[in-house]
Amino acid sequence: MTGRIILVTALILGAFLMLVPFLWMLSLSFKDSAEIFSSTLDFFPARLSLDNYITAFTKVDLGRFLLNGVIVCAGILVFQFLFSVPCAYALTQRRFRGRQVIFGLVLAGLLVPFHVTAIPLFLALAKLNLLDTYTALIVPFVSSMFGIFLFRQAFAALSPDLFDAARLDGLSETAIVWRIALPLVLPAATAFGIFSVVAHWNDLFWNLIVTSDPNLATPPRGILYFRDRESGSDIGPLMAATVIVIAPMIVGFLMAQRRFIQGLAAGGLKG
Amino acid sequence: MRLSRKSRSVLTDIWLVGPATCAMIVLIFIPVIIVALMSFTDYQFGARSFNWVGWQNYIVMLTDPTARHAVTNTLVYAAIVIPASIFLGLIVALGLHHLALKTPRFASGLRAAYFLPVAATLVAMAVVWQMLLHPSLGLLNQLLAAMGQQGPAWLSDRGLVLYTLAVIGIWQSVGYNMVLFLAGLAAIPSDLYDAAELDGAGSGWNRFWTVTWPMLGPTTLFVTVITATGAFRVFETVATLTKGGPAFASDVLVYAMYREGFVYFKAGYSSALTIVFFLLVLLVTALKFGILEKKVHYK
Amino acid sequence: MIEIDAVTRCFGENTVLDNVSLVAEEGSFLALLGPSGCGKSTLLRLIAGLDDPDAGCVRIKGRDISGLSAVERNVAMVFQSYALYPHLSVAENIGLPLAMRELSRIDRSPLGRVFPASRQRRSDTQARVKKVAASVGISDLLDRKPGALSGGQKQRVALARALVRDPSVFLLDEPLSNLDAKLRVQMRAEIVALNRATGRTFIHVTHDQVEAMSMADRVAVMLGGRVAQFGTPRELYETPSSRDVAAFVGTHPITFVSGPKSGGLHPIFHGVGVPSPSGPVVIGIRPEHLTPAPQGPITGRLHNIEYQGAEVLLDVICDTGITLRATATGDWQPPTPGSEIHLACAPVHMHVFDADSGARLEAGHKGAASCA
Repeated sequence: MTGRIILVTALILGAFLMLVPFLWMLSLSFKDSAEIFSSTLDFFPARLSLDNYITAFTKVDLGRFLLNGVIVCAGILVFQFLFSVPCAYALTQRRFRGRQVIFGLVLAGLLVPFHVTAIPLFLALAKLNLLDTYTALIVPFVSSMFGIFLFRQAFAALSPDLFDAARLDGLSETAIVWRIALPLVLPAATAFGIFSVVAHWNDLFWNLIVTSDPNLATPPRGILYFRDRESGSDIGPLMAATVIVIAPMIVGFLMAQRRFIQGLAAGGLKG
Repeated sequence: MRLSRKSRSVLTDIWLVGPATCAMIVLIFIPVIIVALMSFTDYQFGARSFNWVGWQNYIVMLTDPTARHAVTNTLVYAAIVIPASIFLGLIVALGLHHLALKTPRFASGLRAAYFLPVAATLVAMAVVWQMLLHPSLGLLNQLLAAMGQQGPAWLSDRGLVLYTLAVIGIWQSVGYNMVLFLAGLAAIPSDLYDAAELDGAGSGWNRFWTVTWPMLGPTTLFVTVITATGAFRVFETVATLTKGGPAFASDVLVYAMYREGFVYFKAGYSSALTIVFFLLVLLVTALKFGILEKKVHYK
Repeated sequence: MIEIDAVTRCFGENTVLDNVSLVAEEGSFLALLGPSGCGKSTLLRLIAGLDDPDAGCVRIKGRDISGLSAVERNVAMVFQSYALYPHLSVAENIGLPLAMRELSRIDRSPLGRVFPASRQRRSDTQARVKKVAASVGISDLLDRKPGALSGGQKQRVALARALVRDPSVFLLDEPLSNLDAKLRVQMRAEIVALNRATGRTFIHVTHDQVEAMSMADRVAVMLGGRVAQFGTPRELYETPSSRDVAAFVGTHPITFVSGPKSGGLHPIFHGVGVPSPSGPVVIGIRPEHLTPAPQGPITGRLHNIEYQGAEVLLDVICDTGITLRATATGDWQPPTPGSEIHLACAPVHMHVFDADSGARLEAGHKGAASCA
């Protein structure tokens, strides 16, 4: 019994330590600057004011950053589906020469972290005059080896009879991919979608490389623009902005914990 | 003209597989070859020509006292984060797994708390850490001051900065490892514990070493590989908090590659850093397959 | 009429179908019978257009259909796993082939609810779905998802999906093997009734000889990628063309007794009245044709008895150590095990096969008199 009390206490303490940054962020986001810079420590703000949040939206273009995040994530996700679902379907449910070779390439591609390809891709985009565009932010990610791999695993578990039946029913292969195959692997598709959106919403590296226009900043980049401009004096609104930037991921996670964990855990297969 | 069934079938295959295959070759394999070749040149972005310099870039990276920091710091950072994050992830998972037997809802609430840093945008959270660790205004140093201690400058002290970043790295990855270990624990059949009990290995300590730890072998391997590649890849916290400073004390491979390549435009040198980073990641994967060949789990 | 003309199909080194030729008359019920791996399912897929032969061709109503895709052949197939789309309702499952065939892209889109002509076509197809569903007795299941159905109900949905588009051929790939024994017997009759009612050709793949014998007009026994025998169920049973066919067909496994290497019958059959052939042979006797008879020419000791109600199975060990299996009617009073017993068999029921090739030797029966 005492063992159990110690265990519970230790776990709660650990969880509290994990949450400290979040709690402090929330606390600061409601405080005015006088309170922040005062020397007394108080977790609860003197009064609950949304001023910092309003400032965050008016002083910097936070809405723009969020919109960019949505555009980039959605663009990447749509293309990743368009490319990887048909490929994974063909790799499992069709017989053609070179199938093994292509799957071998997919597995090899899984081992390559994105950073490794950054310099040549930057060069190519610069040559094509595409730096500082949405295209530059989306194109490098359109073909996800991880997506192909994940969908391939899911499709391989389906009965081939189903696809033969669909062929006899008069569906084209393209129709089979989108009307039969994809709806049958919805859990895998959701997991992949969550993984992809979280990864690209949170990514700073590529945005830092191919954009210099603040109008193209995705949320993490936007936060840095904000911080660097205010040079540390406007902490309250900055914290309000961070709350807003992480909110979509946190809310999504809390609402669909199981799917989120599945998606992010599956992402570990990626190199 | 009507195509034969065979050729229609071939066209269908190309239509389904072609786009992804082409994208994969253009966006992954060709760049990898180019970056490997570029690492042997002195090419600079925007330059009209370049020279082949052989191993020069690699020699500089590994021998020059300041340039060397990127490699050594990455290894030190990984050497701290990998064991700590795995150990803490395992401890928390064991605790939560035990707790979930009696109070599943409470356990899943705690699990969410531990996992939160994984889902949160790391750059944003790094900015929050900056506030927490601020030398005068930060929560941590204010607490230390309340206890009569003078807190250090966590992020601008040359001797401390890498360890501070490592702590943030651990904070961010523990939840992820915990979730993987929880999945591993859930997959252990309970009759193994019954068998261990009958064989006299009834105490918690014995149960752990006779059943849990051996059965978690594959999970541990998987977790190690993921944590290691994640640690080698550290970038966001460095870019947000220190930019590799002070005086390269927190320079790491991926950040150095970004700075040399995209701030100083030394594409050739940056490519060499990239290749070293890639080799580290591949080494970990190769180790994994090497161990898997020998079968880590139950003999 | 479906003609399969010298079809060969290889997967790598492995020849799955070896020069197979078969004919199914219009409206007939053909069974492809054989153990797993004999190529029967591959043949079905070739007919359906899901796979292509390496040599030979398939003709439907005299027309070579090699160039036609699976849809253009207008065949329907019922799969062993039923292959119902789990994410669509029963009505959508049945209606999908109709929708793909008869409705335009616009008709199928949400716009189709608006245009009068589209609406008409859509309601026509829905009416046909309802009609077919009623004909196989699943009208009340139309809104359910396949996951909520029992095996028998899924089977009916699969049949309805095949029926709804009025195909020229029905291909059935082990459709009954996932059903329990009672339901299987019931569905056998229903499928045969469908064959009669639609007047279409049915090709039924099965490894269950009872199913093949009881349902089909003609049965093709396939062994090792070849057609071992093609004939009516009665022909298969009464005059199996080879030792392997004889072993495969029949409820009780047939007993084989080898004759001496020098040629002729095994000595225990000398009294039965089958003329002794010259070469080395194997005799096959079905247990149901070997019965106890006081004056029977075959003698042995009763070894074991299996009472099964309607009949009794006996294991009899003959003088030379050969075990014969025989049957008696259920009311037969067996002697104690170990005692001597006499058995009789009509010469017409003794199947003589060449010991080397396994081929049937017909000459044996001529002029033989019964000695029962």
